[in-house]
Amino acid sequence: MIKAILIFNNHGKPRLSKFYEHYSEDTEQQIIRETFHLVSKRDENVCNFLEGGMLIGGSDNKLIYRHYATLYFVFCVDSSESELGILDLIQVFVETLDKCFENVCELDLIFHVDKVHNILAEMVMGGMVLETNMNEIITQVDAQNKMEKSEAGIAGAPARAVSAVKNMNLPEIPRNINIGDISIKVPNLPSFK
Amino acid sequence: MALKIVKGSIDRMFDKNLQDLVRGIRNHKEDEAKYISTCIDEIKQELKQDNIAVKANAVCKLTYLQMLGYDVSWAAFNIVEVMSSSKFTYKRIGYLAASQCFHEGTDVIMLTTNQIRKDLSSPNQYDTGVALTGLSCFVTADLARDLANDIMTLMSHTKPYIRKKAVLIMYKVFLKYPESLRPAFPRLKEKLEDPDPGVQSAAVNVICELARRNPKNYLSLAPLFFKLMTSSTNNWVLIKIIKLFGALTPLEPRLGKKLIEPLTNLIHSTSAMSLLYECVNTVIAVLISLSSGMPNHSASIQLCVQKLRILIEDSDQNLKYLGLLAMSKILKTHPKSVQSHKDLILQCLDDKDESIRLRALDLLYGMVSKKNLMEIVKKLMLHVDKAEGTTYRDELLTKIIDICSQSNYQYITNFEWYISILVELTRLEGTRHGHLIASQMLDVSIRVKAIRGFAVAQMATLLDNAHLLTGNTQRNGICEVLYAAAWICGEFSEHLDDPMQTLEAMLRPKVATLPGHIQAVYVQNAAKLFATVLHGQEGTAQETSQLLIDRLPLFVQSANLEVQERASCILQLVKYVQKLQQKEVEVGEEVTALFAGELNPVAPKAQKKVPIPEGLDLDAWINEPSSESESEDEKPRAVFTEEEPRHSRARHTEVDEKELARRREVRKQEQANNPFYIKASPSSQKVYQEAPGVEHIPVVQIDLSVPLKVPGMPMSDQYLKLEEERRQKDRADKRKKKEKRKKRDKRGRGGRRADSGPESEEDITPAHMVDIVTEEMPENALPSDDDDKDPNDPHKALDIDLDKPLADSEKLPVRTHRPPDVLKSPGEEVEVAPPDPKKKSKKEKEKKKDKERKKSKDEKKKKKHRHEREEEPGDALPEEAVQLAESNEVVAPPATTPAEASDLDFWLSSAPVPSNAQEAPKAEPAAIPEPTRSPAPDASPEAPASEPEDPKETETKSSKHKKKKQKKEKEKKEKEEKKKKKHHHHHHQRDGGGDESVQNGTVEEEEEEEPLPPMSNYCLLAENSYVKMMMEDADEVCDIQGNLQDGSQVVVSVIFENKSDSFLKSMEFNVLDSLNSKLQRPEGAGPHDGLPVPFQLPPGVSNEARFVFSVQSIVMPQKLKGTLTFIVKSEDSSTHEKLDFKLHFTCSSYLITTPCYSDAYAKLLESGDLKGSSVRLEGISMPFHHLLARICFHHHFSVVERIDSCASMYSRSIQGHHVCLLIKTADQTVSIDAKCDEPSLLGNVLDEIKQTFSQC
Repeated sequence: MIKAILIFNNHGKPRLSKFYEHYSEDTEQQIIRETFHLVSKRDENVCNFLEGGMLIGGSDNKLIYRHYATLYFVFCVDSSESELGILDLIQVFVETLDKCFENVCELDLIFHVDKVHNILAEMVMGGMVLETNMNEIITQVDAQNKMEKSEAGIAGAPARAVSAVKNMNLPEIPRNINIGDISIKVPNLPSFK
Repeated sequence: MALKIVKGSIDRMFDKNLQDLVRGIRNHKEDEAKYISTCIDEIKQELKQDNIAVKANAVCKLTYLQMLGYDVSWAAFNIVEVMSSSKFTYKRIGYLAASQCFHEGTDVIMLTTNQIRKDLSSPNQYDTGVALTGLSCFVTADLARDLANDIMTLMSHTKPYIRKKAVLIMYKVFLKYPESLRPAFPRLKEKLEDPDPGVQSAAVNVICELARRNPKNYLSLAPLFFKLMTSSTNNWVLIKIIKLFGALTPLEPRLGKKLIEPLTNLIHSTSAMSLLYECVNTVIAVLISLSSGMPNHSASIQLCVQKLRILIEDSDQNLKYLGLLAMSKILKTHPKSVQSHKDLILQCLDDKDESIRLRALDLLYGMVSKKNLMEIVKKLMLHVDKAEGTTYRDELLTKIIDICSQSNYQYITNFEWYISILVELTRLEGTRHGHLIASQMLDVSIRVKAIRGFAVAQMATLLDNAHLLTGNTQRNGICEVLYAAAWICGEFSEHLDDPMQTLEAMLRPKVATLPGHIQAVYVQNAAKLFATVLHGQEGTAQETSQLLIDRLPLFVQSANLEVQERASCILQLVKYVQKLQQKEVEVGEEVTALFAGELNPVAPKAQKKVPIPEGLDLDAWINEPSSESESEDEKPRAVFTEEEPRHSRARHTEVDEKELARRREVRKQEQANNPFYIKASPSSQKVYQEAPGVEHIPVVQIDLSVPLKVPGMPMSDQYLKLEEERRQKDRADKRKKKEKRKKRDKRGRGGRRADSGPESEEDITPAHMVDIVTEEMPENALPSDDDDKDPNDPHKALDIDLDKPLADSEKLPVRTHRPPDVLKSPGEEVEVAPPDPKKKSKKEKEKKKDKERKKSKDEKKKKKHRHEREEEPGDALPEEAVQLAESNEVVAPPATTPAEASDLDFWLSSAPVPSNAQEAPKAEPAAIPEPTRSPAPDASPEAPASEPEDPKETETKSSKHKKKKQKKEKEKKEKEEKKKKKHHHHHHQRDGGGDESVQNGTVEEEEEEEPLPPMSNYCLLAENSYVKMMMEDADEVCDIQGNLQDGSQVVVSVIFENKSDSFLKSMEFNVLDSLNSKLQRPEGAGPHDGLPVPFQLPPGVSNEARFVFSVQSIVMPQKLKGTLTFIVKSEDSSTHEKLDFKLHFTCSSYLITTPCYSDAYAKLLESGDLKGSSVRLEGISMPFHHLLARICFHHHFSVVERIDSCASMYSRSIQGHHVCLLIKTADQTVSIDAKCDEPSLLGNVLDEIKQTFSQC
């Protein structure tokens, strides 16, 4: 079982948190902070597994994480998951994000956390791996997005226009904050399958 | 309308959307909290509007804020509103929000049930998908119960997208609503072979997750998984399956043997590291389960170790880590294979990655031997010095202690060395583990008597240099060590060179800054030292008393009560002693006597294991509750003496001599077991402990130059050198004196396991002959490992036997008022059996059914919800339906387990082709290859209308057939028998389907696979004198079976086999009814009409038919006469033939194998409702487990508990009589004590048992 999936940046700012067990908001934040502390102090070329020091679950649980550019992708899993398998799953996840957002960068995750959730929902459901085939995931995500668009129809048009206007200011944002515009490079890892 | 929408959205476009919110938060770095609170206010406004789009937008923003740690549960109702929007866009937003913030305690969840149900059945697959995804995060017990049936339907949806989600969510449903597991499991199992790989993978996922918690219930799926493993190419699925096998193998070693080969192949062939790694892991699990004595598996171990070495040597840190992790698993069973890679592991200790270092440390634990312990610890000590960061250093410290103390200090040859290591560890600054070191010091000095002198010297030094330890920081954990040091110096003060000096050190003013509990120990042990000084050196006695009198007042003023009390006590004592001294009275002896006696270590569980003395009832009133107490209540009483007066008065009046004596006994017992109670005289068990103790062991003094004691300097290193020298000397010695070695070997008792290390280690003799005192346990403590499992574990509830057939009460609650159609069809078939008796006893039946329910509840230990649930569907179903379902059950054999179990046995014992087991023998036309338990019955073609059959039955049938195949030998034997007899033919099998094979199975396992002799229950049903004339043989195999649901029905299944060359048709089965037993005939048939057998038999074919009998009384065996008439049709002619037979209903056939838990069993016996009877069988020479198996097999009992040559068994009659047996065997005599609430039934059953054994 996957107990939680967390994405946060190099400063510990959460970009996505998905807990498959219920915790109070405070505990969730504490878990994110603790996880960040554990993960961030590790060197680049050490192993991607971490044990102990977790609020989630017991000794059975492990943190499996990957670090891409400015983001940490952390999966908290129990012993029924294969460690290397989860690493590959993270890779699939990031590659899928890359496809869906076209060169994904932190900003995409910041502004479209709902979309990231939707993509994740096609991969992991209730803590169990649902789909690992990237094409299948993308097909389903696209189909749902298409549906959403068709529903918006005419009614959506003004909103889209406004949103386009608003987004004209978007390029300024990276200047305000000096992180976030670095694209997540997806290294070509040996494929899982 | 459209205009309105457009207008609405124009309004909306000036609302903040999620992007605006995020942007806003980023632009308000300084006052983020304030900005967000204004946003939340806005959101609250938006939520008040009617426009669903506005609401959805607000909810979307809330979801984001929730991630930032804001509680948004106040908007739960709005979230539900958004969820129920008809538009997918909003629905998705709603469900996402719900999945992020709904939980068990969210009260609006109960409003969602209908909405979710609607979404689940939506024609749009994405509506369904989104609902399933959301539900997977917030499913509650109620939702699970209400929606289980809907989700189960979705498992067979046409779209794989829905199927896989539905399958996956079932796991969550099972967790919340364990009762759904059994009804849903058959379908889940089907999904393992779904054409869509995603669905298949989901099913594997769920079953693996279930099986991980309760593996034993899923053993029967092993063949299926094996097939998947050898056929699947999906690495995800493979990994899951292989992991699952890792969990299953410990339960079934034969499975392991079967797995080794394909796994080895995978290891060689796969390129995916993840798969390779999991394969290696499972092979390791297999090897562990096979454990010792499998020489031919050494190749596999070698392969694993070799592959792991490659992983560890890999530059990828992840592989290195996993390699070490897996290596530590091998270590437990095959330490030698790992030890050869010591170099590699030591190297990993230097790795820059902490995770890897920790893993390597774990490995070291198992790699030490007597030979290399010192060396390894030395290396670790170096690391301790180097380590930066206290966590890692603490980890090292605990590991050093673990390594050294493991298995009762097995590897320590020189305890002086160990003590010095401990002393060296005390110099670690800021460690949290002071208490750990302290407890080791205490443990070693108490249990290793030979080391006490040395330990005391070291501890005295420690005390002397206490200022080094306490340092400047008061909260230093290391000062705990002083606790141990003070105690050791005090307790073993006879070993002190200069007790006076130590005493002085313990009474320094600085001590007052130590924590209270340490000070208390100081004070107490100062007194002990004082006693020693008085005893030893009378000359300095006066000074010592004065010293104490000077210093103790400091402690008397301590804020700590314990310290204060001890100090003032001792101060008074010393003052008194001083007074005596001044009178020149010899007091040394008396003072020493205060601390006489020895303290022995007490096992951690000792207190728990103190048996409750006979007759002690803690709940009983000590005194009769007195009536006068009421009046006493009115009197005002002092707070502290509240209880006193009442109790003491009562005690004086009522306690008699006997009571007093008993209490004294209890108290003595208590004292004997209280570690803190200093015994005046050695108690009996202490004598027992010590008698063969150290005094009786000849201690060889080994010349050892006394190590230099340099306080504050590391000295453990010296031992390394000394040890080397000593060993060399030893070796030289050994050559000369072989006899001496023998002696030494004899001494090797006392907790030291000489045989454990590698062979060469036996040569290493310990530097000290040590006696490791074992821990004390109370007398007659029961050995038990009460491993308390977490009672809150949700998975516990899922420990459900999945192989049992479904009872009709086990249905997923459906919201219709009529039973679903699928259930009706089998019911209608049932109608053939005349329902008259049923109608008569409708009420009775209802009662029975209730009973049944309760019973099954007990059996399955199901949770609270069960009851509620049961009532619901039960009430909802119309009476008729209940009946239908009931009669449906009529023929249900008690278990399908045998099918599965024998399947498994067969699969495990046969050729490695896995699919074989899945195929039912083709010879039997009625057998359906795959046992299905789906509610829709595809009744076998041969058994249409007249058979009250449902799918469960076909399953048993096939199981029976499988069993047949499995026991070919048995069959052959039987056929031979038949031929010999030449007559023929009606064989009568009186067994309960195959329960016995389960029972056999379990017994078998206990006996470590010692095969049971083939057992047969076949007996001749009838003899036919027309054999020759008729030319054909009709072979009847009959199975009489009670019906669980109905106490008055017995089902007889008869197999007809045509052995002739002619065609048999128009068979009619008729029985002459007796008063007590009647054949149930279809409505309208006369009481003497025969029942047509619903099939024809071509030459050489067999088939089975079932006949239902109603029985009034089951306490007596019965015989019924019957006739089978049939037409023999050959090519040119057809003749009418007749075959007479006698049906014998034994009392055993009214028994139904019913499992019973030992606690329930005990309760049953205690209840006193049962009447006893007993029987003795002489001259039984078969092994006990065969005996049990026979009783299980022939008489439908199940074993409740078995201890050595004694077993308790249980069974239940179809009318609910409990039958309990206690079977004991000695020599050739078997005594059976039996209890039952119906004495005549019991008598008959016992007679039958007797008969069974007289035949063999």
